[in-house]
Amino acid sequence: MNNFLTSKTQVINIGLASFSPPIRSHGGTSVDLEWRPPAEGNSASGLALAHLMNDGKINAANQVALERYQAAQPILVGVGVAREELKGLGPRMLLHSGPPIAWENMCGPQKGAVLGAIVFEGWASTLLEAESLVAHGEVKLDACNHHSAVGPMAGIISPSMPVWIIENTTHGNRSYCNMNEGLGKVLRFGANGPEVIERLVWMREVLGPTVKSILQHLGPVALGPLIAQALHMGDEVHNRNAAASGLFFKKLTLAGLEILAKLDARKLKDTLAFIAANDHFFLNLSMAACKVMLEAADGVENSTMVTVMARNGVDFGIQISGLKGRWFTAPAPFVEGLFFSGYSQLDAARDLGDSAITETAGVGGFSMAASPAIVQFVGGTPADALANTRRMLQITLGQNSAFTLPALNFGGCPAGIDVRKVVDSSILPVINTGIAHKLAGIGQIGAGITHAPLSCFVKAVEALALKGVN
Amino acid sequence: MENTQHFLTGYYRDSVALMQLSSKLAAQEGVASASAQMATAANLELLVNAGLLDQVVPARPNDLLLVIRASTAAHGQAAFEFAQKTLDEKPSGGGPEKPEPPRSVEMALSAHPESNLVLISTPGEFAAAEALKALKQGLNVMIFSDNVSGAQEVMLKTYARDHELLVMGPDCGTSLIGGVPLAFANVVAAGAIGVVGASGTGIQQVTCLVDALGEGICHAIGTGGHDLSEEVGGITMLAALDLLAHDNNTEVIVLLSKPPARSVALKIIAAAKLVPKKVVICFLGAVEQLDGSNLSYARTLEEAAMLAVGLLRPSRKLSLTGRLVREKNQLDPHRTKGFVRGLYTGGTFCYEAQILLQSALGEVYSNIPTKGVKKLPDLWTSVGHTILDLGDDVFTRGKPHPMIDPSTRNERLLKEALDPQTGLILLDLVLGYGAHEDPAAGLVEVIRQARESAHKGGRRLEFVGFICGTTKDPQGFEKQASTLRGAGVILAQSNAHAAEMVQYLVTGRLL
Repeated sequence: MNNFLTSKTQVINIGLASFSPPIRSHGGTSVDLEWRPPAEGNSASGLALAHLMNDGKINAANQVALERYQAAQPILVGVGVAREELKGLGPRMLLHSGPPIAWENMCGPQKGAVLGAIVFEGWASTLLEAESLVAHGEVKLDACNHHSAVGPMAGIISPSMPVWIIENTTHGNRSYCNMNEGLGKVLRFGANGPEVIERLVWMREVLGPTVKSILQHLGPVALGPLIAQALHMGDEVHNRNAAASGLFFKKLTLAGLEILAKLDARKLKDTLAFIAANDHFFLNLSMAACKVMLEAADGVENSTMVTVMARNGVDFGIQISGLKGRWFTAPAPFVEGLFFSGYSQLDAARDLGDSAITETAGVGGFSMAASPAIVQFVGGTPADALANTRRMLQITLGQNSAFTLPALNFGGCPAGIDVRKVVDSSILPVINTGIAHKLAGIGQIGAGITHAPLSCFVKAVEALALKGVN
Repeated sequence: MENTQHFLTGYYRDSVALMQLSSKLAAQEGVASASAQMATAANLELLVNAGLLDQVVPARPNDLLLVIRASTAAHGQAAFEFAQKTLDEKPSGGGPEKPEPPRSVEMALSAHPESNLVLISTPGEFAAAEALKALKQGLNVMIFSDNVSGAQEVMLKTYARDHELLVMGPDCGTSLIGGVPLAFANVVAAGAIGVVGASGTGIQQVTCLVDALGEGICHAIGTGGHDLSEEVGGITMLAALDLLAHDNNTEVIVLLSKPPARSVALKIIAAAKLVPKKVVICFLGAVEQLDGSNLSYARTLEEAAMLAVGLLRPSRKLSLTGRLVREKNQLDPHRTKGFVRGLYTGGTFCYEAQILLQSALGEVYSNIPTKGVKKLPDLWTSVGHTILDLGDDVFTRGKPHPMIDPSTRNERLLKEALDPQTGLILLDLVLGYGAHEDPAAGLVEVIRQARESAHKGGRRLEFVGFICGTTKDPQGFEKQASTLRGAGVILAQSNAHAAEMVQYLVTGRLL
């Protein structure tokens, strides 16, 4: 029997706030929602969402997906060559960040990076030739995420590039990421001049093999504890990786010195110097760790947990566990932030790169509370950083106790974005990110904060509703 | 263009802080571009590439380099001083953390797990979704919003029935649960009478009259105006009847409805017959009755209130004359010439007046005609005796309900006054939470203007009205009554009583 008449009347009030005071003055309670029409005001989608809310089967599926993500152990097992490690990477194929996109539709930095990679691979000797090749369809393009891989910014992975190999030892799946080139004129921002190609060649010939040898000596590196430690040192392992890069550098240095006899001393010095000079060196490891954890959670029937958020500078795409492999896209947003001297919003590309995989996994913007320095990019305070993290708790399925945040009283980071919660509350996932110049080759021009666009989440809800819960 | 460089020692700042400073500097008056960076070799090179430095200078990595390009030396100097001031500023505290308001039912429930009702007054197209979310969280729902489709109403109510939950509405204007007023409700005494109503104003009228008779209300449960339709089948009224039947505080139950679907009315009466409590049934316009020792039938809302109190207190002599402003014998039945124009804000009052007046006055028109009443051909022009529900969607489109915003009725009232055929204007005045804060004050001003325009045409207008409210309502029954009385409005004790007075004034006969 409903005990409504015998209980104290405790109201959640949606709509006219004026209804609340009389309730309160006559012994009831009332809490006013800061309500806005869900699903971008599309009432049919909003009703479809309502049918999915608090559904027993979906909730159970999400529990499974979240547990799989939490149980995943991302371990760095080595460095390999892309063509040998990545399944389905064809001999004349380049992988790029974000959802799939045709050459002619790519943004400036991604185009620049594609051309640079073609020259780097030796498929063309000039950029002009490279452009003719790709324009005639003689180079295949595909999304990194289709190959268990991720790449920051333009996200280009070409067959001969060295890649990090991360294995989830719990479930046995692997993920991959290219190695970070540092700041300035780099391929991931679309630069493709001789110095960029030279660096890539050096990374292939020296950096990759050297780190590979060191790792062979060092053995598997558990990335989870390293990320957890960095979160306590001011990193959020997306836009700030200074601590994590330092921690990783410490591991490599000693191991490298231990096998000095087997290595070329000059190559070891150059390798360590290259890593030491780059506070973002760990980013690519962080991304691959997040990818391997989320891929473990993918493909759980009925689950509404987001497993991918990725951008290609034109589209922002997401994937959800229950609809494995399907992209839901919306135009990529611009990033609000601070610009390096001489640049402004007018120069900026739209949001770009697979690095939002970190937010998808609960770090990056979701763990902004761990990294108050980041919030200064938008003129915020440490309190704002904490508020951002707390807000993300409202759209996630749980907290990952492996990644604790001191500012949350050492509670776990918000983890497992639920598309239903995003569409219901219109609270958008927050993303910390770098800003690329919209033209190829200029590089990073700033950094800041952006939000995933609502409409891709609405599309995912619509697709789930159409498919139905089984 | 003046280009200046300043190396500052002892000002190490991280790159984010310096980017903020750069952007603030660039926004200073007369500054074309500016940069604040630690003077590392890499940064110096960046400055050269960005055109802010002509050539690479020796690195001083622990010093801060300001480069300011300004239109005049004075602007450059001012910007430099601004930079120094900013660098020397002590940071202010973060301030207290303010909790963010919940954005969804799920969020509100997780912050307030003791919640048991969601009250929804969003635009109608979104109301069903919010209601469904609430039901799926195990919460009862009251939907004040209208414009929810019949199919959605059936879907919600069926779900609620299957999960032992209550859906009040859609289009539910009034409820009162354990003394807590929900949406449009009057402040009435607590007591032993429980009401279930498919009519917001019907509930208001009965609860106010019970209060005036010295008794009180335990719960008044609105079902929404469509609950007793064939399509919905009275799901909520049956559920609410069951709740009151099992409620220890409820001794007498009153069931109210605007004209219901016949089969639904019979189904509900059959259920009421099985309740071990006295039940008063007031289904306006319904003629069929089933006999039952616990059942009583009321023809009007006033009668329903009288019966309920009578059943609860059989020995008490009941009278509402304390609310009467003028006895019938003070009225002159031959004073009124012309037609009656009823301008209601309460839909149920409009139905009740049609039912009561059609037999006495003959041909009656309305925008919501009940059996025997004609549909008004042009809703904006009254014909003969016309009784209107100005709360109907066709009149309110884009405006608040006339109980909140009286302009819809005021305009119609002035229009009726210009019609030479208008002789008497019949009005309701609804008090309570949600209603206008002082409805009589604006109304009497319009009545004065109406009388004036009739007077210019050599005519006289009569005004008959009643107040649906209590002495405890925020607007104050006495204050509202005296304002209306001051404007010469003949005040009745109830809507039914007002209809009786109208008949007497027009025909000279009593009902």
